[in-house]
Amino acid sequence: MTVAQQFHEGALTLEQWQHVEALAGSLSPVQARWISGYFAGLDAGLLRGGGVAAAPEAAPAGRTLTILYGTETGNARDLGKALAAAAAERGLAPRLFDMADYKTRQLKDEEDLLVIVSTYGEGDPPQPAIGFFEYLEGRRAPPLPNLRYSVLALGDSTYEKYCEAGKRIDRRLQELGAARLHDRVDCDLDYEELAAGWSGILVDRLAVEGAERSAEVVRLFPTAAPATAASPAYDKRNPFAAAVLDSIRITGRHSTKDTRHIELDLTGSGLAYEPGDSLGIVAANDPAVVARLLDATGLDGGATVSVKGESLSLAEALARRFEITIASPRFVDQWAMLSGAAALEKLRGEAAAAERRAFLHGHHVVDIARLFPVSSLDPEALLAGLRPLQPRLYSIASSLAAGAEEAHLTVAPVRYSLHGEERGGVASLQLAERVEPGDTLPVYVQPNPHFKLPRDEAPIVMIGAGTGIAPYRAFLQEREAAGRTGPAWLFFGERNFRSDFLYQSEWQAWLKGGTLGRMDVAFSRDKADKVYVQHRMLEQAKDLYAWLEDGAHLYVCGDANALAPDVHEALIRIVADQGGKDREAAEDHLRRLAADRRYQRDVY
Amino acid sequence: MTDSIDRSTDLSQPLDRLGPDERLKHDSDYLRGTIDASLLDRISGGVRFEDNKLMKFHGLYQQDDRDIRDERRRQKLEPAYTFMVRVRLPGGVCTPEQWLKIDELARRHGGDTLRLTTRQTFQFHWVLKEDLRPTIQGLHDVLLDTVAACGDDSRGVMATADSGDCALHAEVAALAKSLSDHVIPKTGAYHEIWYGKERVATSEEEEPFYGRIYMPRKFKIGFVVPPSNDIDVYSQDLGFIVVTGADGSVEGFNVAIGGGMGRSDQDPGSYPRLADVIGYISKGKLVATADAVMSVQRDYGNRVDRARARFKYTIDRLGLDFVTAEIERRLGAALEPARPFEFTSNGDVIGWRENGGGRFNLTLFILSGRLANRPGKALLDGLREIAKVHRGKFRLTPNQNLIVADIPAEERPRIEAILAAHGIGETGASALRRNAIACVALPTCPLAMAEAERYLPDFTAKVEAILAENGLIDEPITMRISGCPNGCSRPYIAEIALTGRAPGKYTLWLGGGFHGERLNRPVLDNEGEAAILATLSETLGRYARERVAGEHFGDFLHRSGYFEPAHDSAAGDPMLDRAEATTRA
Repeated sequence: MTVAQQFHEGALTLEQWQHVEALAGSLSPVQARWISGYFAGLDAGLLRGGGVAAAPEAAPAGRTLTILYGTETGNARDLGKALAAAAAERGLAPRLFDMADYKTRQLKDEEDLLVIVSTYGEGDPPQPAIGFFEYLEGRRAPPLPNLRYSVLALGDSTYEKYCEAGKRIDRRLQELGAARLHDRVDCDLDYEELAAGWSGILVDRLAVEGAERSAEVVRLFPTAAPATAASPAYDKRNPFAAAVLDSIRITGRHSTKDTRHIELDLTGSGLAYEPGDSLGIVAANDPAVVARLLDATGLDGGATVSVKGESLSLAEALARRFEITIASPRFVDQWAMLSGAAALEKLRGEAAAAERRAFLHGHHVVDIARLFPVSSLDPEALLAGLRPLQPRLYSIASSLAAGAEEAHLTVAPVRYSLHGEERGGVASLQLAERVEPGDTLPVYVQPNPHFKLPRDEAPIVMIGAGTGIAPYRAFLQEREAAGRTGPAWLFFGERNFRSDFLYQSEWQAWLKGGTLGRMDVAFSRDKADKVYVQHRMLEQAKDLYAWLEDGAHLYVCGDANALAPDVHEALIRIVADQGGKDREAAEDHLRRLAADRRYQRDVY
Repeated sequence: MTDSIDRSTDLSQPLDRLGPDERLKHDSDYLRGTIDASLLDRISGGVRFEDNKLMKFHGLYQQDDRDIRDERRRQKLEPAYTFMVRVRLPGGVCTPEQWLKIDELARRHGGDTLRLTTRQTFQFHWVLKEDLRPTIQGLHDVLLDTVAACGDDSRGVMATADSGDCALHAEVAALAKSLSDHVIPKTGAYHEIWYGKERVATSEEEEPFYGRIYMPRKFKIGFVVPPSNDIDVYSQDLGFIVVTGADGSVEGFNVAIGGGMGRSDQDPGSYPRLADVIGYISKGKLVATADAVMSVQRDYGNRVDRARARFKYTIDRLGLDFVTAEIERRLGAALEPARPFEFTSNGDVIGWRENGGGRFNLTLFILSGRLANRPGKALLDGLREIAKVHRGKFRLTPNQNLIVADIPAEERPRIEAILAAHGIGETGASALRRNAIACVALPTCPLAMAEAERYLPDFTAKVEAILAENGLIDEPITMRISGCPNGCSRPYIAEIALTGRAPGKYTLWLGGGFHGERLNRPVLDNEGEAAILATLSETLGRYARERVAGEHFGDFLHRSGYFEPAHDSAAGDPMLDRAEATTRA
């Protein structure tokens, strides 16, 4: 089918289209963007001239296309950008939005909607997308009989409520009367292929449809986050080998914690980050854990296996390419099949979800392999049950403005005992135990647009516990270096004052110098009565509310289960009590703060 | 005469011409400062710089664990601040009830250890800031406090621990207590800050004696009952040497002024000085004399240079005659001529001793005054058990030992059984070890340059080996180690002394008088253990071979010409030895 054949009556004349086509062929990408803006600017004039007789936002006989992503770590955003670029290439005019920025009142006017959303924790949406979910799932969501949509759901099959956020959107859009363009696709951590397949199918279909209806002026995507932003030379797939400059334990003697401060050299990488961003560590499994798994399965680490077309030793594949500690439901399926164990077979399927969850909580890959031995196991059959090893993200604890091309991390090693063996986190233990100054680590920068300092001198209130203090060190380094004087107030919580006051001498210096105006600390294990940050916040309710009324930006960083809900509850109480509001109004107030980007959270 | 006196450094000058500490005291609102706010500050385990200085007047001394100071700096943690809490315990006497409370507080807030000091009191170490109030309030429960245990004021008043006469001891201890109560600061700050009392508005002067700027420097008072010189009376700013009447009770005192141990290696003009006996007073003039002496130092002491602020420098600057005359003028009467007295020792007699009243005192040797529970030797536990059954008193000695006093004969087996059960009281310690003193030094003392308490057992063992080689193991020799030149263990009057210069490096001093009557002299400077032991081996060897019967080691070195004659003191030299001064008086 030629372009001419695709051409429909009522839009461009054939002659016009041929001009456009000839022009398009000669344009550089930069020129194409300029032209796009030029035509967008002409839009109104064209309408007035009667050249186009359709709704302003819509193409004449086509349908609008909006791509919405909800992301915690940036994967969904990357996929959204790629989808938008692919769609634009095929002559579609997608608009790309982060759910956090999307004006929900536009939803009723949407025609075609592609949603990419990750799931967080126990079936929750990504933090920045909570507002969108509240709207969509709330009473004010409009009927959407004209909407067509499809959902790409990202998740982690280790969790029971796998891809739940995507399922929720899918379910709700159905309820609201929308029609599926394509069935929802659920992706595990190795989402790339499935995501590319889903995108390809939809772009194909919409492009063909669009061309059948009418080809419109090529409108490149006028989005808030243009896909054309210069992509860094180093990224998740091509990480930079950063030298470890320093790695020290910063919890004092007799601490119940073992928190590390790690300094990485980014010199020459061109990697840039802003305070609030994360550093991705492309971690490797502990060789001892690999050895245990080889031992449990009776496999030879030297055996050659193929992973995504690449040949490498089994030991290498287990060390660098697969999650080999925590098992997923997929592994249960695979191992049930391989071992034929009835006990595993019983744990399969939706009905056994709760039981399976409990079992997986207490049994890693190696434990399952030991419990249910498989004789003459094919190495690739083992790998087929494993998920790809995911990079680990750490909030960066430094600012480039402080002068050095470095990224600092605050890492608390995850350690526990299971079946009489010491177990632990992949990256945190690698950082704490297996990496020394002089070694290198593969890293990349993972931007977090939802945890950013205000651009002006607005007051900031930073709330964090444990390693959640990390981004605030970056904030204050940034503010100090820039000579910015905005009022700053820090709440910090940990276990023991004497050993666990992370970066204590630095906060003291910032307090003395004025970069930090106020600091309240809560140490939960110094005294019989446990004190946490939310208690300190409630003690300071009056002042805290006054800061909020003065336009303060509020930040929460730390444990998603132990910190965030209690802090949120404290904020509700403070706004309710001090602002004379009922609970619902206080919650509304906080929602508005979040919508205005004055209440930002980085919880994990 | 007064016209010729240089008053350019004393309190007659405007505040801005005096040292910074004078301004700090003046502006502290009688020692309140911002201590309350410092205690509330949760960002630091320490207190503000100024409050730290003021808290010394409250008997509290901010310290940090120096063993881990650098480690914590690298960890971006502030130093591990804790506080030393020094109890005011005039005469070193405490009741079993008080003992039990102190024991309880040490276990709860003081790291399960206590230190008996060379000034006869208890020190808690390792007390966290938030535990200061509970500790001080706990002491208050048993009528103890920490007022003026440090600071520019009159420190804890000492008294001979065992005069061999329990009635005389009780009388002298009571005098020490009443004098201490008289000379401590009167500000309400202590009650407000530590007990939470409301400040009472009053038109009365808060410090009728001290005024706003207190003393120029610390001021130490002690009572001694000859022939014991356990308190080292010549090291006190003001010493009262007890003279008894025909009935054996106190009749009056010889008054000694101007002793002091502190010196600095960096300051060649600093020196230790032995006190001068300036005359005799009757018992009734005790308080008036203390006021007169202290007020002379208050009014004339150097407030520009703290390194010259002790009373000994005031006396040497103004002249002993002027100072004595000024004291007499303020007393309204001349001092009487000094009465004769004789000291024989500044050590303790370890073991059981009849107390002069039909009961018994048991003096326990406590190495470095350290009370703790160690494997095989549970001092803290054992003494707690004794305190539960004992009906007499406890007395802390100036040699950091402990006397369980006034035990009826029938109770002795019970006390001995408790001691045995806890591994306490074996008499294996050598004469050297029993007479040895060390200050706390590392890791808590901020001034320490070298180890002292932690080094003493090891160093003593090495000296004991030399003594054994030379057949001297039963010879009592005074030996003291200080972690710095400030001299908390009174090193400058020991026969053998080390003062710290750097980790593992000491100045070796030899030749002090066995009963504290003569200063020693530096023999090696900034040397390590090997050189020190070589010198000791040589000198002790000569002592073993050449001494005459009953001759002490320090005396031998002087007699045998070990020291160059040129080093001998001339008359009027501040280091003049006190045997001569006593004769002159």
